[in-house]
Amino acid sequence: MTFDLFVLPFFIGLLFLLGVLVVKYSRWIAMMDASDRVKAGMALFSFNLLKTVNEIFLESLLHRRMFKRNPLLGYMHMSFALGWFLLIVMGNIESRVYSGGHINPPYYPIFLKFFIHDKRVLPFEIFTLPGFFRFTMDLILLFVLSGLVLAVIKRTRSKWFGLKRTTVHNSFDRWAITSLWLIFPMRLLAESFTAGIYKGGGFLTNTLGSIFDAILPLEYMAYPAWWAYSTMLGIFFVTLPWSRFMHIPTEIILIFLRNAGIDQGKYPGSFSEIEIRSCPRCGVCIDVCQMNQAGLTGSTAVYFIRSLREKLPEVQLNSNCMMCGRCLEVCPVGIDTLGLRIGARGVDNKGFASDFTYLVNQPIVEKKAEVVYFAGCMGHLTPGVKRAMLQIFEKAKIDFTFLDEDGSVCCGRPLKLAGMKEASLTLISENSAKIKNTEAKILVTSCPICYKVFNDDYQLDGIQVMHHSVFIYNLVKDGKLVLRQTDLKAVYHDPCELGRGSGIYEQPRNVLKQIAEVADVSEERVNSLCCGGSIGDLNMDAVKRNLIRDKALTILCESQPDILVTACPLCKKTFDSGNATVVKDIAEVVAENLALNKLHKQTVDMVKL
Amino acid sequence: MGKHVVVIGAGPAGLETSASLAKLGFHVTLVEKEDVSGGHLKKWHALFPTLLSGKDALETITKGLDSSIKIQTATKVTGLEAVNDYFTISGHNGWQEKADAVVLTTGFQLFDSHRKEEYGYGIYENVITSADLEELFASGKAFVNRHGNKPERVGFVHCVGSRDEKVNNLHCSKVCCITAVKQAIEVKQLLPDAEVFCFYMDLRMFGRHYEELYKEAQEKYNIQFIRGRLSESTEDRDGNIVVKVEDTLLGKPLRIKVGLLVLMAGMEPAPDTKPLANMLGLKNVSDGFIQPLDEVLHTNSTEIPGVFVAGTCSGPKSVSDTLADARSAALAVADYLKS
Repeated sequence: MTFDLFVLPFFIGLLFLLGVLVVKYSRWIAMMDASDRVKAGMALFSFNLLKTVNEIFLESLLHRRMFKRNPLLGYMHMSFALGWFLLIVMGNIESRVYSGGHINPPYYPIFLKFFIHDKRVLPFEIFTLPGFFRFTMDLILLFVLSGLVLAVIKRTRSKWFGLKRTTVHNSFDRWAITSLWLIFPMRLLAESFTAGIYKGGGFLTNTLGSIFDAILPLEYMAYPAWWAYSTMLGIFFVTLPWSRFMHIPTEIILIFLRNAGIDQGKYPGSFSEIEIRSCPRCGVCIDVCQMNQAGLTGSTAVYFIRSLREKLPEVQLNSNCMMCGRCLEVCPVGIDTLGLRIGARGVDNKGFASDFTYLVNQPIVEKKAEVVYFAGCMGHLTPGVKRAMLQIFEKAKIDFTFLDEDGSVCCGRPLKLAGMKEASLTLISENSAKIKNTEAKILVTSCPICYKVFNDDYQLDGIQVMHHSVFIYNLVKDGKLVLRQTDLKAVYHDPCELGRGSGIYEQPRNVLKQIAEVADVSEERVNSLCCGGSIGDLNMDAVKRNLIRDKALTILCESQPDILVTACPLCKKTFDSGNATVVKDIAEVVAENLALNKLHKQTVDMVKL
Repeated sequence: MGKHVVVIGAGPAGLETSASLAKLGFHVTLVEKEDVSGGHLKKWHALFPTLLSGKDALETITKGLDSSIKIQTATKVTGLEAVNDYFTISGHNGWQEKADAVVLTTGFQLFDSHRKEEYGYGIYENVITSADLEELFASGKAFVNRHGNKPERVGFVHCVGSRDEKVNNLHCSKVCCITAVKQAIEVKQLLPDAEVFCFYMDLRMFGRHYEELYKEAQEKYNIQFIRGRLSESTEDRDGNIVVKVEDTLLGKPLRIKVGLLVLMAGMEPAPDTKPLANMLGLKNVSDGFIQPLDEVLHTNSTEIPGVFVAGTCSGPKSVSDTLADARSAALAVADYLKS
């Protein structure tokens, strides 16, 4: 017997799912840029493919990144993904062995225990252990069920998983997750009932079967159980393409494309569509999102991406984000949440016309120098920072020219964050020309926002871009600046654009350590908090921003430091308004603690000895 | 009657409340943390809208004090407690009193203009506050900026620390608009050739003769009022202040160079108010100003019987409003103690 009516819900569901996937994949391929299609085609036949397969194994099955972040959550996802995968693989091998190597219909291995319930010792098992398959298949099923138990606990007692909030589901998700959760208990029941009737099965199904057999009329219950199992599979497959579980077949494609060197490019495009569907809505981005503190829980990455997928993007949802990148850091799939947000904002702001007439009469800086300094808008709003940098240049005898002494032209980053790429290019070309005109070798900026865009989007013909914290670090390292150790106890705050955005964590800390004792902060470096003043969100009002700021200040000031030091004029300004402690930029702290000269420092050191 | 009232804070509100209470026959103790009474008025050169000298005003107010009033200066109140139907009040120096009623007249503190760093106070020498300017007027010295030059242009920035969510102050400080008009006129009187600019977002000329003064400032003194909030100021090589501001009536960004920039610093709750309110158990002090029992009907009473407020500790007020409020508080106290 190789067929029974009950396999139909599963079989039809599977065919339906495959049909939908073929349509979706074809559409994505059709939407792709020609150049991306060539890249993808080449990647199929290159060494890269091995890398992709390896990454799919590590991330899609083992859930390595998830494990690193939260072991319990990692195990839960792994037991489902790897467990199910093994059930399919082992089931196929087992069915092939039973049928003597014939190719079987796809439902056959899934429902093997319905069709075959003898206790023959299979040819393969002669060399290993009798009952190898029965034992292994039961073990894998138990593995999956252990994950299921965790999943149920996670839904009801998320705190045990270290999660404050979990994703709120929509109706497709509810159908899909309910059927998914029921698939494996149904399989357990169906296999156990059948094992009970025929005295077969492995350690799990056999034991349960014997117990059930003693108390239940299994001959009436086994067949409905197989129907239920098949139906659950069918429902899951039919709902999958519109549920969070679409991430299963899509993440694989995303990993492949990423390894082929393809990125978001045009928005919306096939890459962004694939990214959007790769979001498993696991919800790890929810707790890290600081918008929660402002009561804005609806625009978290997971919900934002879902709204894009459901084609219900709301302007409010797209814009309510500080673009701090904390979600990007924790996303187990590595979805470029910020890139998607910029793309969606681009669509929202399409009709907005920027007025650039003021660029016509911009003063030209004639002075040429080795170093060109750009304070940036934020630098001008914090004259203390600007003054400190000028003192430092003077002290270190730097030949410099001040590009925006008489007012800045914006670097373009705020427009870029608002999705207005074309408009930002106007500013980028204006500033690029001015910068190149100085014939400088190094461009120093006080603002991490400017720093990020100078690095990422400007073509400066070899001019090295430096944030002032790195420039100062180099001056200290080269002995051009000598710092004075104080008794101050400081904490350092990593600005989003400088830390997560540009990977600069150590230089400002190293400079600060030469002046003050630097205490650890519970949320620092890649986990650093946004100050709340971000230009990434142009909608949020000051009251909400203050809530975010105050929470961040509470965490930063846990060790009751004398001073909170940061390396961003905007962070400084924002934190300063919180009145929690003294707030200064690293440049200000340096300018205030310059030792007279090297000789002086040596004398001081000798006296100390 | 023999009932005892302690008034905390000897600025105009405390002085006037004490004087009125004494006239009503109460035994009054006025506590002041500083060595000398008078509060902010001590340093204020002249009052709008009549240019009445601050010194004269304070003298007149102080003259009203009865000799029976006990003035306890240099005493910071550190303990304040309601016990049954009376209060115990103690100071840092061991001073202690019992009272049948307490009046809080703790006043305001001037907004710390360092907090608007973009305006350059404390960074650029020629950026000063309205209070600094009053001191300069009162000193009688030659009107020069910190570089010793007669400024050719003087700018006044309205709403510094007021109506500004970014510094957590939503309230209007009420007195700065008319003070700026007054100070601009005074500058013009001292330096008739100087150009004077006021950068404002609204002009709130709510008091009698304020509008007239504003009109005079424009017509007689040619003071220029530019609607637009300052974005930032920088210093040029000669120590002049270059301000960036948008003229929102013309819709154009402006850059104006001034020799002296005056920040119209607003009123914030005095730092001592909240601790005192906490000691008493007054709850409604979220913004630092004390909430009276009713903002229309019972402006001097609080949620605690026997605790009264007068002057700017319950919100920004002009000197004349403060004096009226103080007299009204005395009547409220009398009403309470008689019953």
